[in-house]
This record gives sequence, structure tokens and C-alpha cells, in this order.
Amino acid sequence: MATIELQNLRHSYVPEPKGPEDYALKHMNFTWKDGGAYALLGPSGCGKSTLLNIISSLVTPSEGKVLFDGRDVTPLTPDQRNIAQVFQFPVIYDTMTVYNNLAFPLKNRGFSRQRIEERVREIAGLLEIEPLLQQRAANLSPDNKQKISMGRGLVRDDVNVIMFDEPLTVIDPHLKWKLRSKLKELHQSVQTTMIYVTHDQTEALTFADEVVVMEEGQVVQIGTPVELFEKPAHTFVGHFIGSPGMNILPAEMNGDGPSFHGTAVPVANPPARLEGNERLEIGVRPEFVRFARKGESGLPVEVLKTTDTGRYRLVFARAGDTKLHAILPEDESEAPTGQAEVIFDPERTRLYADGWLLEN
Amino acid sequence: MAHKTENPRAWLFVAPVLLLVAFNAFIPLMAVINYSVQESFGNNLFFWHGIGWFEQIMNSERFQATLLRQGFFTFIILAIELPLGVAIALTMPKKGFWVPVCLVLMALPLLVPWNVVGAMWNIFALPDLGLLGATLNGFGWEYNMTSDPFDAWFTMILMDVWHWTSLVVLLSYAGLVSIPDAFYQAARIDGASRLSVFRFIELPKMKHVLTIAVLLRFMDSFKIYTEPFVLTGGGPGNSTTLLSIDLVKIGLGQFDLGPAAAMSLIYFLIVLTFSWIFYTLMTKNDPM
Repeated sequence: MATIELQNLRHSYVPEPKGPEDYALKHMNFTWKDGGAYALLGPSGCGKSTLLNIISSLVTPSEGKVLFDGRDVTPLTPDQRNIAQVFQFPVIYDTMTVYNNLAFPLKNRGFSRQRIEERVREIAGLLEIEPLLQQRAANLSPDNKQKISMGRGLVRDDVNVIMFDEPLTVIDPHLKWKLRSKLKELHQSVQTTMIYVTHDQTEALTFADEVVVMEEGQVVQIGTPVELFEKPAHTFVGHFIGSPGMNILPAEMNGDGPSFHGTAVPVANPPARLEGNERLEIGVRPEFVRFARKGESGLPVEVLKTTDTGRYRLVFARAGDTKLHAILPEDESEAPTGQAEVIFDPERTRLYADGWLLEN
Repeated sequence: MAHKTENPRAWLFVAPVLLLVAFNAFIPLMAVINYSVQESFGNNLFFWHGIGWFEQIMNSERFQATLLRQGFFTFIILAIELPLGVAIALTMPKKGFWVPVCLVLMALPLLVPWNVVGAMWNIFALPDLGLLGATLNGFGWEYNMTSDPFDAWFTMILMDVWHWTSLVVLLSYAGLVSIPDAFYQAARIDGASRLSVFRFIELPKMKHVLTIAVLLRFMDSFKIYTEPFVLTGGGPGNSTTLLSIDLVKIGLGQFDLGPAAAMSLIYFLIVLTFSWIFYTLMTKNDPM
């Protein structure tokens, strides 16, 4: 177990990178705390697998260092770094039994028979695959194969970190949920640092204590699921997390506060100082949008349609040519139609400059 | 029960295939069976001979010796070509500029016609003029393929290895490149040695293509005719007379149609039985 530090890391798959667009991973400094459950979240192609492969040493970074507990491990091979990785598709040694599959990493490291037996039984118990131990691994279902892949990662109790690279891709939806809670449970019982890569926000938010959101080769925000939801540091995070994502409206400064098409919109972070040439946007989650009651005045919108999900009602509206979502609780009476006015919760409405949250 | 549609016109569409198969396989095979149970004295006169020819062939020392020789040849070339082919495939690059170069180089021997291969090696092996023959003699080995049975065998096997190892290489290579990178990465993380990677990842993933390779090389080498015939003509003496060469001698040389037919049937059954047993064993554990 170890604290993992990334120092001035950069990586490019191009031999002689010219501009920042050639870098799959832009400049990065980051520390993964010992024993944490992290999720690495981002759309496909954002560099999260590259980052993972750099930590596991399957990829050597173009620049920068990887430190385990302060020791530079950049030149070390994957087995020297003593890490475990579970891949997107199950990797199974076809000719071996399930037992031998799980024992393989231990045998290669010369553990005693008795110790191997002990560890394999324990991990098989945790993963609930004990009845399969003597079967040939080749004929199992995809979810059991993936459990074996995970088991091979978990079987060594001295690994520095276990990494999961979108491990539930091939699993049936109803088993996904089960395996995910299994993993969470496993993390609590083994206390090893785990990094879970995914592009699925539900997976990330349920698994991790801390979520690292990446976009285009850089980390845009690190935070607990609640922080990501309530205070997105970047419009990308607001948009990517949540279903539907955060509403983002172009804004201009009008006196002290921002406004949208001439209507002042109070925000939680009124800017202290602006350069004047930033691209300003207002971000508010659909959960914090409500329709104006009688006597209140708000932002005029045109309601396009309302769908009822059973738990809440989702209103699709348009303000000017900007789309707007609002989530209304089930108990409220008639959903408005046609022309209406909306009010944003000022404590939960934030102003962004060039995509980034303004500090106040 | 499902209703079956009767449509006599369907036979019309099947007819060309039936005709083709009838003329190129079924009728010739029946003719062979016909010959194998009859005695003929020319003038198209045939007399029933029962299983006499089969008994004669099975008890003939000449056939037993030829079969043994054939088995030995097939065993040796399989024992050389399979490991060699796999080894070459393992060293070939997986991507980049050299991939097409290697593939074309490997495919070249396969493109040369059988009789040309035989003629080429015949000249190659001439003790005074041939590159191989002259070189070996230059090193002090009194090499002469036409008088020394060992030299004849040596040349014949070398020729087959040159001609057909590429097939094993190409099949193995196809099996190797289909292994996803994740398997190699997982093995590195699991701390597997190079030998373990071969034993537990590459070999199992190549199992199917290697099964095909063994079957093809077994059948082809068991049926081999042109190359050794052009190279040595079965000599010196009978030392390189393989099954098909002997069969042609009996059938077309001595015009003993009955024994030749019986021999081809026995020969055919050996190839069929071995291939069936081998294939069944290799695919026994496959998931359906």
C-alpha cells in the first residue's frame, strides 16, 4: 500500500509533440492518498486510460515522474511496481482452472503452497465464486470471468494499488449493480488504494470517495460526489455529471451582477473583478430551477414539453435560443405550459468565466 | 410438426452441384472401389475377386515398408515444421513497416509450383554444380543425393521444410496477432515469465490454428508426390519411395489396377481416420 504521487506528468503518443493538442495527457500534478477509493471519470478519449497505464507502467510518460511513497518508480516494470490492474474485457488463462487462475500471480512470486491456498480461498469467498474453483475458466459466463480477473488483482494483499479500467463494460446491467456494490464492499474490507476508470457517472459516484473528472487530457475537478454535484468547478463537470446535466446560459455583466438577455440573474459568486474579455456563463442544475409563483417575476421561458419519470417531472424549456431543463417534484400541481417564468435558487447558481468557476 | 413445402423445382437448383460432385468425386471413388474387388485381364474383362487384393496389399512387405517410410517422413516434417513455424511467427513483428515485408517473404515459397520446387532442389543439390551440393562437398561431406539414401532423405526433408514451414508460420502468426494486448499486459502485471506467457496465453490462443496446421501438413505430406518424385524419383533404390509414388508405380507402371485400387482405399482410410481422431481430440474441450 502506498501513496501515489504524479509529478509534472505529461504524455504524448507523438514522438515529437509540437503543441498542447499533441499531448494525450497535459501537465499534471496529483497525489492519490493511501487506501482511498478513487474514480477517474471522463468521456472516451479524455486520457484516463493513458493515466492509468502510466501508473501501472504499461506506458512510460514522456515527461515527469511517478512516485510510490516518495520513491521514484518511473523506470520500474509493472511487476516491480507491485500493482494490480483489471481490464475492460476479462483476461482469463483459458487452460487453467479458476483456482489456478487466481493462484497464478502468487505462484509467479514464489509464495508457499499453503499461503496461496489461504489467499485464493479467501478471495474466492469474497467474490462468491468458491463453487467454481475447480472448473476450467474458459467455459464461464462473462461476469464470472470478470470476477476472476478482479480476483487476480485482489489476491495479492501487498499490492500498492488496484486499478480497474472500465471493468463492467461486458457485464449485464442487472449484474453490474451487484458487482459494483461488491467492489465497494471489497474496498472496505481490504483497504487497498483503488482507482476505478469509467465514463459512467453512476459507477463513479457510487464507487468512489473522491472522483477525478478529466477532459481532454487534463483534470478539471477533484471532489466528493456531493461537491461535483453542488459546486462544479467547470461547466464540463456540470454538464457531464447529473442527468440531465447543468443548464448553462451565456451571460453578460450588467452593473454588479450577471444577466441573461437583460434579466438580472443573482448568483452565489458575484465576481469581484473581471478582465472584461472573458466568456461568461451562468450554470444552474435543473434541480434548482423552479417556476415563478404569482407575484414573482423571473426569467421568461417557453415551455416545450414535460415528461413524467414517476419520481419527478422533467420540463424542457427554451429561453431565447438556449435550452433549459427544470426538474419539478411530483407533488406540485399543474406543470406550466406555454410562456412562463423561472427562478434559479441564487445559492446554487454560479457564474463561470471561460468555462471555469469564478472564485469570489 | 412443421409443415414442409414440397417444391420439385428445387432439385433443378441443386442439380449442377450434384453433377459436379458426382463427376469429380463420387463416380471416380466408386470406380476405384469397383476395381479394388475385381481382377481384370484387359479387353474390359472383369472377374470378382472379393477382398483378395486387400489381403494381398496388407500382407505385402513392400506396402508395409512404404507405409513405414511414409509415416517416418510425415512424422519428421511435422516435428520440424511445427516448432519452427511457431518460433518464426513469435519473432515476426506485430506492427509497422516490416509486417508486409515479412508476410510476403513468408508467402513466397508457397507460391512456387510443386514440380518447380522439385526441379529447383534437384539442381540445388547437384554435388558438382548445385549451390547446396557443392557447398556441402566443399565442407568435406561427401554429399551425393543420387547414391546415398541418407543424403536423399536429408534433401527431401529440407525441401519440404523450405516449401511448407511458411504455411505454419502464417497460420500461427494469424493466431498470435488476434490476441488482445490486455492479455500480455495482464501477464506482465501478474509477473508471468516469458515461458509462462507462451505456455498459458500464446499457445492456448493458437490451438485452433495449430490444429488446422497439423491437419493440413499431415494430409499434404501423406499425399506428397510431385516434389520427391521430381527430386529423387523415389531413389536411390526404393529409399525415398513414398506411398503415392509407389501407388503410381503399381497403378500406372505395372497397370495392376486391382492392387492399386485396394491400396488407394487403404491409404485414403488411414488419412481419414487419423485426421478425424486428431480433430476430435483437439476440439473435445471447446465450448460450443
